[in-house]
Amino acid sequence: MTVLSVLVFLPLLAAVVLGSLQGRLRGRNATWVWVAVSGVELLLTVGLWIGYDGGHGADYQERVRWIPGVASSYHVGVDGLSLPLVGLTALLFFVCAVYSLGVGRSRANFAALFLFLETTALGLFVSLDLLLFFVFFDLSIVGMYFVIAGWGHTGAARAALKFFLYTFLGSLALLLGFIGLYVASAPHTFDMVTLAANPPLEGRPLLAGLVLLALGIGLAVKTPLFPFHTWLPPAHTEAPAAGSAILAGILLKMGTYGFVRIAMPMLPEAWSRWSGVVLVVAVVSILWGALVALAQTSFKRMVAYTSVNHMGYVLLGLGAAGATGGDDAAKAVAVTGAVTQMVSHGLVTGALFLLAGVMWERRETYEMDTYGGVAALAPRFALLLAVASFASLGLPALSGFIAEFQIFAGSLGPAPVATALSLLGILVTAGLFLWALQRVLLGASRSAGRRFADLRAFETASIAPLVLLSLVIGVAPRWLLDVIEPAARTVVAAVSGR
Amino acid sequence: MTVALWLLPVLPLFAGAVLAAASPFWPDVDRVASPVAIGVALVVLVLALVAAVGRPSVRAPLLPGGDAALSVDGLSAVLIVTVAAVTLLVLLFSSVELPSGDARGRFFGFMLLFTGAMLVTVTTTTLVVLLASWELMGAMSYALIGFWWRDLERVRSANLAFLVTRTADLGQYLAAGAALAGAGSLAFGALPQASSGWRTVITAGLVVSALGKSAQLPFSFWISRAMAGPSPVSALLHSATMVAAGGYLLLRLRPLLETSSWSGPTVAWAGATTALALGAVAVVQSDLKQLLAASTSAQIGFVVLAAGVGATAGGTAQLVAHAAVKSALFLTAGAWLSSRGTKALRSLRGVAREDRVLGPAAIVALLTLAGIPPLSLWLTKDSVLAAAREQSLGLYLTGLAGSVLAAVYAGRALAIVVTVRRKGDAPDPRDIEEEPTGRVGSLAVASVVALAAAGAVLGVQSMPVVADRLARSIGGNRSVPGLFELALSALVAAVVVLLLLRARGALPAGSAAWRPLRGWLGLEALALRGVLQPTLALARGLARVDDGILDRAVDGTAVLLRRAAGLASAGDSRGVDGSVQAVALGTRRLGALARRPQSGQLHQYYAQAAVALVVLLLVVLIGQ
Repeated sequence: MTVLSVLVFLPLLAAVVLGSLQGRLRGRNATWVWVAVSGVELLLTVGLWIGYDGGHGADYQERVRWIPGVASSYHVGVDGLSLPLVGLTALLFFVCAVYSLGVGRSRANFAALFLFLETTALGLFVSLDLLLFFVFFDLSIVGMYFVIAGWGHTGAARAALKFFLYTFLGSLALLLGFIGLYVASAPHTFDMVTLAANPPLEGRPLLAGLVLLALGIGLAVKTPLFPFHTWLPPAHTEAPAAGSAILAGILLKMGTYGFVRIAMPMLPEAWSRWSGVVLVVAVVSILWGALVALAQTSFKRMVAYTSVNHMGYVLLGLGAAGATGGDDAAKAVAVTGAVTQMVSHGLVTGALFLLAGVMWERRETYEMDTYGGVAALAPRFALLLAVASFASLGLPALSGFIAEFQIFAGSLGPAPVATALSLLGILVTAGLFLWALQRVLLGASRSAGRRFADLRAFETASIAPLVLLSLVIGVAPRWLLDVIEPAARTVVAAVSGR
Repeated sequence: MTVALWLLPVLPLFAGAVLAAASPFWPDVDRVASPVAIGVALVVLVLALVAAVGRPSVRAPLLPGGDAALSVDGLSAVLIVTVAAVTLLVLLFSSVELPSGDARGRFFGFMLLFTGAMLVTVTTTTLVVLLASWELMGAMSYALIGFWWRDLERVRSANLAFLVTRTADLGQYLAAGAALAGAGSLAFGALPQASSGWRTVITAGLVVSALGKSAQLPFSFWISRAMAGPSPVSALLHSATMVAAGGYLLLRLRPLLETSSWSGPTVAWAGATTALALGAVAVVQSDLKQLLAASTSAQIGFVVLAAGVGATAGGTAQLVAHAAVKSALFLTAGAWLSSRGTKALRSLRGVAREDRVLGPAAIVALLTLAGIPPLSLWLTKDSVLAAAREQSLGLYLTGLAGSVLAAVYAGRALAIVVTVRRKGDAPDPRDIEEEPTGRVGSLAVASVVALAAAGAVLGVQSMPVVADRLARSIGGNRSVPGLFELALSALVAAVVVLLLLRARGALPAGSAAWRPLRGWLGLEALALRGVLQPTLALARGLARVDDGILDRAVDGTAVLLRRAAGLASAGDSRGVDGSVQAVALGTRRLGALARRPQSGQLHQYYAQAAVALVVLLLVVLIGQ
C-alpha cells in the first residue's frame, strides 16, 4: 500500500470511526478529529509534493487487481495535472475543518461526511482508471447531497435534490462515454494510462465525436458550463458555508479536470475537430456567467455565477489547445493557465464562500443591499473580502492574474476571436466585485446600531491561509508552474497530434 | 548593484503591503505609518540613484517567454529618480497634512504599494510584468481615490476610474497574447520582430492601454473623477507618475511604433488633440483641482505627441518637468483645501498673496505651467513642438494652440490667486468643504517649494548641451526649437497671462457654449449611457432568462418526467396490472364454471356423460 492509498483512504477510515462513535463525542471533539485527520492529510500532501519527481508519466503509481473481468484495476498515481488539485483538496478540506471549529455543538455526522467527501475527491484526482474515477465521481455527488440536504438553509431539500438528480444524470452520460472508450479500445480496458497512450477512436470521427459528446455533457454538468449550470446557484445558496466552499472549490474541478485528464488525451482528434464548439461554450459561459452575476442581489448567488465565468476561462484555455492554428508553446501556456485557474479558483472562491458563511452567521442573509458600511464594523472581514474579491477579478500579485494571463496570452494565437470576446469577462467581473464591495463594505453604516462582529480566530485562521496562498502564487508562481508545465505540454502534444 | 534594482520595487511593495494590511490586526500602525513610509521612500530614493548610475539589469524566470526582467537604461534612470523623488516629497507633505483621524496605515501603505508598482512599470522589459504592475497601479489608484470610503460618491468615483482604465488595459492583454503568438516572446525587444498581422494587434493594444492610463482622449474623463481622493494622491498618481506611465510606455515603445506607418501619426494626433481639447476643458473649470486634472491630461498630451513623432528625449524632459510642476500645484491645492477649506477658484481669490512661502512657490509653478520663459515647460514643450513641425504642420499648429490654452488656464488660475481680494470677493460659504485649519505645516510648504523649484529649472534638460547628452542616453530624434519659435511662444504666453491678470482671471462671457467643456466634453455621460447602462440592462435580462427559461426548462423537464411517470404509473395500474387482474378474474370465473358440474350427484354425472358421448359421436360423424 503506497502513500497515495493512505492519503485517499485515511479520511474514509476516520469517517467510519466518527460515524460509529457519534453521540459519545462531546463539544467540538468530532470537529477536532476532523481537523487532525485533514491536517495529517495536508502534511502528507506536502510530503508528496516535495518527493514528486516531476518526470514523464505519473509518480507514486500503484496498481492492484480490482475488476479483472472488464480490465479495470485500482490504479492510482499523480502527475502535474493532478498534484496541484490534490494539494488544493487537502488544503481546502483542512481550512473547512478549522472553519467548522467556530460552530460550537458536536457535529460528528457533518465531520464524517466531509471526511468521506475528502476521500472521494482525493480518490478521483489520483485515479488512473476510468471506473475508479467514475465511482469516486458519483460518491462525491452522494456525499454533497447529504451535506446540502442535512445542513443547508430552508430551501435545502429541494436544492439538494436538484443538485443530485442533475449531476447524477450528468454522470450517467459520463459513464456512457467511458463505456464507449472501453468498447472501442483493443484490448478492452478502462486504464487511463493505456487509453491516453493509445487513443482508441482515432480515425473514426463519428464515434469519437459521439463519445466526446457524452463525456462533454457529463463533465459540463459537473463543471458547470452554460447551459447546464442552473443547479449551481440554488445549491450554493442553500448549502452551508463549508459545503459551498468544497462544492465550488473542489467538486467543480472534477469536471474541468475530467476534460484535461480524460477527454483531451483520450479523444485528441475529436477534441481538435470539435474545438470550435468547445470555444463557443467557453465564451458563452464566460460572458453569461459574468453578466448574470452582475445582476445578482445575493452575494452568494453572485459568487456562484462567477464560478461559471471562471470555469469558462479554464475551458477557453483547453479549447484553444485543440484549435488548429497557433504553436504548441503558446498552447502549453494556455493549458498551464487553465490548470492554474483551477487551483486559483479553488482558493479564492473557497475563501469567498467561507466569507459568505460569516455573513450568514452574523445576519442570516446574503442580500447585499441589507449590508453596507461593514468595513467600519469588521475591518478583518473587510480586508479578507476585499483581497479575495480582487483576486477573483484577476488583480496582479494574486493567483487569478497568473492563471488568467496565461489563459489569455496562450489562447489568443490559436483562438483570437474567442479570446478577445472572453477578455470582456474580466471587465464585467471587475465591475461586479467593485459593486459588491461598495454595497457590502463601504459607505456609511446603513443599519445604525446593527452589529457585525469581526472575524473570530477560527474564521481568520481558516480564510487567511487561502488568501495568502493566492498571494504567494500571484507573486512567485514558479514552484506551481514547474509542476504543471510538463504535464500541460504532454496534453498539448497529444491534441495537436505531434 | 543588482540587489539595489531588486530592492528598488520590492522594498516599497513589501513595506506598503504590510502597512496597508496591518491596521485590522494592529490599530497602532497608524502612528508609525508615516515615519516608516518616509524612511522607506528615502531608501528608495537612494536605491534609485544607485541604480540610475549603475544601470543594472536583473531577471528571474516567471512564465515561458516572459521572465520577470527589470533593467535600467537612460530613460528608466530618469524616471526612477523622478518617481522616487516625487514620492518622498509627497509623503513628507502627507505626513503633516493628512488629517490625524485618517487611517494612516492604509494611506501610506497604498502609496508605497503604488510607488513599487510604478517603479516596476518604468524598469521592466517584459509585457507580463508590465501588465502586472500596470494593473496594480490601477488598483492602488482605486483604493486611494476611494480612501474616504464612507462617502459613497467617492467610492463611485473610484469604481469608475478603475473600470475605465481597466477597459483600456484590455489592450495590453491583447498585446501580450499577440506577442506570444506573433513573436513567441513577451520581451519588449522581440516585439518589433513579430509577424506583421500580430504586430498590428500588439501596437494597437499597447497604444490603447497607454492612452487610457494617461487620461488621453477618449478616456480622459476618469481623471476628473479621480479628484475625489486626497490631494497628495492626485499629486503623486494623477499628475506626476501613474498618468505619466502611458506617455512613458509610448516613449519606451518607440522602436515598435516605427515598424508601422500608422501608429506614430495616430499617437501623435491623439496627444495633440488631447492637449487642445483638455486644455480647453481646463480653461473653464471652476474648481482648482478639476482645472489641474484637465491640465494634466493636456500636458501629458505633449508627451504622447513627442512619442508619436519620435522626440523621445524631448518627451522625457516634458514628462519629468511636468511631474514636478503639477505635483507642486496639487499639493498646493491640497494645502489650501485644508487651510482655507475650499478648492473653488472663486473663493481662492488672493490666497497666494497671503501665504508667504507657499504663495510664491505656487506662483512660480503656475508661471511654469503657463509656459513663461525661462521656466521649464516653455522649453520642453517647444522642443516637442519643434519635432512635431518637422512631421506635419497641422500637428504643430494643434500643439501650439494647446500651448496657448495652457497659458490661458494657468494664467487664469494665477490671476485669481494673486490679485487683491476686493469687496464681495470673500469666500462663498457654499464652497467651504471642510473646516479650515488656517495653517499649513512647514514641512508641507518645504515639499511644495522643492517641487516647484525643481519644476521651474528642469527645463535645463532641453538646453542644447544637456539635451544632447539626454538624447544620447535615451535615444530618439532631438529637435531644437528655433529662436523664432521660442520667442513666439514666449510672447504669446506672456501676453495671455498679462491680459488675464488685468481681467483678474475673468473669462469673456459665453458660458452657454462652455457647458460641454465644463462637463469634460460629456464623455462620462456618454460612457454611462452608452456602455454601463446597456450592460446592466443586458445583465438583468440575461438573469431573467437564466431563472425564467433555462432553470425553468430544467425544472419543467423534471415536472414532465414526473407526469410521464404518473402516466406510466396509471398505465401500470390500469393497463398492465388491469390485464393481469382481468386474466385472473377470467380464470377465476372459468374455474367457477368448471366447478359447477362437480356437484357430487351421480344422475347429473350420467347425464353429462351422455351429453358428452352424443357430442363426441357428432364430432366423429361430422369429421368423416
